[in-house]
Amino acid sequence: MNYVIIGNSTAAIAAIEGIRSIDKQGRITLISIENHHTYSRPLISYLLQGKTDFDKMKYRPDSFYEDNSVTVVLGKKAVKVIPDMKAVILEDSSSYEYDRLLIATGSLPFVPDISGLDKVKSMHTFMTLDDALELEKSINDKSNVLVLGAGLIGLKCCEAIKDKVASVTVIDLAKQVLPSILDKTSSDIVAQHIEKQGVKLKLSCSIKQVYENSALLTDDSVVRFDALVMAVGVRPNISLLRAAGVDTNRGVLINQCCATSIEDIYCAGDCAEGYDMTADCKKILALLPNAYMQGFCAGVNMAGEEKIYLSGMPMNALSLMGLHILTAGIYEGEEYVFQDKKGYKRLFYKDDMLKGFILVDDIECAGIYTAMIRNKTLLSSMDFDLIKKKPALCALAQERRTSLLNRKETW
Amino acid sequence: MQVNDMKMIKVNEKWCLGCHLCEYYCAFANSGVEDMVKALKDMMIQPKLRIEQKDKISFAVSCRHCEDPICVKSCITGALSIIDNVVSIDKKRCIGCYTCVLVCPYGAVMPSQEGAVRKCELCVGNSVSSPACVSACPNKAIELVEV
Repeated sequence: MNYVIIGNSTAAIAAIEGIRSIDKQGRITLISIENHHTYSRPLISYLLQGKTDFDKMKYRPDSFYEDNSVTVVLGKKAVKVIPDMKAVILEDSSSYEYDRLLIATGSLPFVPDISGLDKVKSMHTFMTLDDALELEKSINDKSNVLVLGAGLIGLKCCEAIKDKVASVTVIDLAKQVLPSILDKTSSDIVAQHIEKQGVKLKLSCSIKQVYENSALLTDDSVVRFDALVMAVGVRPNISLLRAAGVDTNRGVLINQCCATSIEDIYCAGDCAEGYDMTADCKKILALLPNAYMQGFCAGVNMAGEEKIYLSGMPMNALSLMGLHILTAGIYEGEEYVFQDKKGYKRLFYKDDMLKGFILVDDIECAGIYTAMIRNKTLLSSMDFDLIKKKPALCALAQERRTSLLNRKETW
Repeated sequence: MQVNDMKMIKVNEKWCLGCHLCEYYCAFANSGVEDMVKALKDMMIQPKLRIEQKDKISFAVSCRHCEDPICVKSCITGALSIIDNVVSIDKKRCIGCYTCVLVCPYGAVMPSQEGAVRKCELCVGNSVSSPACVSACPNKAIELVEV
């Protein structure tokens, strides 16, 4: 069997591990536009902050490709997939034939069309290792940095640079920070926290016009900057497969085996639109654990065994300037809200099941909540009054918890 | 679920006294300090297992060393991996994002004051040769058994 994988991040690595869990012999070729050993994308902020280094941020050991007999083609862009010929063409016109192909090309930063943007000399995105290195080169302790977007990428960027530069201002069109994962109360906690740490925050605000070293905002104020970071959001990188005629929506549509609409082509990670069990529909779940699960599932199926992945859901673990935020699922149904010195908790439940949660700092044993969502555990089968206060296995029925603890079953 | 060809910690909730000795011995074994008093007295201990208690029930919870561990698959840095059937943490690579805390269905991967998460590694690589919680348990409520 001849496997070709395009991409070199989580989903691609997981696919290699998935393939090799079944097929030790088949030929695997990995092609990546990035010229780096596989690294953990979320660690670029820690690298910039000085909390990790090139070596420690490697997602797998140096010997990974060799250990798994993977031929690696780095620093080359795949420009075309030809399903009829079962071939991938690279930018240097070289071509690779495949029996099974995985596209794990992730997403690309979205840069909005803002008037004057072409005049900005120090404009950055914050997605890849090279992005982080470029940003690092262009800032110093005298720099003023403007970050557009108070989502996960924008705020992690603020954290990474705040102690290295003279000032950081982050602005967002939304009324709150982290609008895609937090409610108003928790976002207020985060906003106050980051402001206390010296980050200037402007919400309900955007850039009207940008100049070489300043931006006119929609509230008519002007912010001077030496570097501008665009962290508005990301778009799935699906042009290869769209051009090849694969069914796409916002992302590449995949089935429960992570296969696309064209035979022998699979897709996984941030570019794929797979099943979200909490929303009960297909969604892009651009988060690392999901990329791994999809990639592994794709790998196993590519190697000829059937594996199904239907338990994807939104989930985020964010550590930000000392705050710890964990979220999962959808925010619908009845609620349990609790806030004290230890932190903030909001649970959402419906139809006798836990559907989602937001936790700030009060995070211990949160995985029990996640397991309840994933397993659709009936709240009436457990001591919900106890577990909503504190996630604990003792809230489960005796037989169930004994079975789980003694590895008779898993959940 | 299939289980590994290995030993595992078995929990006998009927026999657990809720005495918390396992937590103290765990913290001591992993402290790297030779004197138990120096290791534990007036310290906020950070054991790698926890006792759960509700009414008259109590039992110890530690890592199950799952065959298909969701924490390892979800780890964003690669710090969690399986080494000789033990779900192991490379503290140098863990950056404390707590994705593992978010996904472990047993609450067995825990935040820690050191930054890197703490979890049971079956006392591999610390000062004792077999799990300290097992040898410390006065009532065989925690046992090491073949699976």
